[in-house]
Amino acid sequence: MIEDIELETLINEVYEYYGFDFGSYSRASLKRRVNRIYQLDGFTHFEDFLSKVRYDPEYYKHMVDEITVNVTEMFRDPAFYTVIRNQILPLLGTKPFIRLWHAGCSTGEEVYSMAILLKEAGLLHKSLIYATDINAKVLDSAKKGIFPLRMMKEYSENYRDSGGKEDFSSYYTANYGIAKFNDDLAQKMVFSQHNLVSDTSFNEFDMIFCRNVLIYFDNELQKRVINLFDDSLAVLGFLALGTKETIKYSIAPGKYKQLEREKIWRKIR
Amino acid sequence: MEKDQIDPDFSVVIIGGSAGSLNALMQILPHLSEIKSFAIVIVVHRKSTDEQTLEELIALKTIINVKPVEDKVPFLPGFIYIAPSNYHLLFEKNRTLSLDTSEKINYSRPSIDVSFESAAEVYKSNLTGILLSGSNADGTLGLKAIQKEGGTVIIQDPKSAEMPYMPNNAIQNTVPDYILNIKEILQFILSIDN
Repeated sequence: MIEDIELETLINEVYEYYGFDFGSYSRASLKRRVNRIYQLDGFTHFEDFLSKVRYDPEYYKHMVDEITVNVTEMFRDPAFYTVIRNQILPLLGTKPFIRLWHAGCSTGEEVYSMAILLKEAGLLHKSLIYATDINAKVLDSAKKGIFPLRMMKEYSENYRDSGGKEDFSSYYTANYGIAKFNDDLAQKMVFSQHNLVSDTSFNEFDMIFCRNVLIYFDNELQKRVINLFDDSLAVLGFLALGTKETIKYSIAPGKYKQLEREKIWRKIR
Repeated sequence: MEKDQIDPDFSVVIIGGSAGSLNALMQILPHLSEIKSFAIVIVVHRKSTDEQTLEELIALKTIINVKPVEDKVPFLPGFIYIAPSNYHLLFEKNRTLSLDTSEKINYSRPSIDVSFESAAEVYKSNLTGILLSGSNADGTLGLKAIQKEGGTVIIQDPKSAEMPYMPNNAIQNTVPDYILNIKEILQFILSIDN
């Protein structure tokens, strides 16, 4: 197990050698993640770990991929998707063209969930879904639209709880333990690497999703990222966060209006 | 350096449990009138889709203020905090709570081990860990971490537990300070403020 002071050393060295700044990450979670990879890879001396990270760029990449949390689900929090289905899509549907951004999309489960909703609402053909993450490995996986077959029971329950009426299994082909989602869902997806900590706005969107990413950041960085979203969001566009996250401390009151109990805010000016 | 961060008049009671623990909590919480010098944190296994039910149920049974746990909420004595469903609950050094959606541990999120270990790191000897009824091995490693950091370890007497597996597993793998039934656990918590 590594000590607090060692974690700070690692943060500083990573910044110095690779320019990546973990300094604004929440420490409790970051320390757990670093300890996890430290133990998984069989290190017993911090100095060995540190020099491996320093001098082996491949190992550094592997470490970053393992530190960032990549756990995600399809239709996580079904009530959230019900609100999108019933209240938001009818509004977005009046636009000639719909631009969406999934920031920190990980392996893409939420991106495919959203594509299903858009398809069912007859809006997918005029949508463009940008999906970004800092982790190139998960983006490659997301592009393929392949998820573990064992998860499909839970996902189809979530889908039904969110108001889905179709046969969920019609959206994928099952094969040797995997579920490959239909290609037509991916047609309007664009995947690319983007770092919320250091990169800037790259387009204007009608809806931005960033669910359970900000929990890994400290208040200062949360504020910066939410302002990046604000810069990237059209007036009357929507921002969706995780069920335990808020924009309350980051944005001037009155600029956004929250939808009921869901963590969805509409930019009103 | 870390010693300085311990606040002598702020201690934490963290309670973990799984199957059968809710009944135990319902026999403890209604008898607490006010907690002055400490906070209570409850980490119980729950369905990932249960968003509010547990919070509402517990709030009905206690006059102590139940604080909804959101990302980075201030963590203060005098309140009860409940680990939300589908997140791991972690403790930051600056007296806030944070959340994590990483892999399930012991098939569980929230995991008792994760929260116990995290609380032990920050609250050290000011932490009391209580493990209740359950039928899963979660909690044992967490209690070990609490003990290592100088905290107090209490395990529900398996004879009084609806599901004895969890307390039994902890008793076999740790050296608890106390093995108590529900009534005695209540007495212990009541004695903290005095």
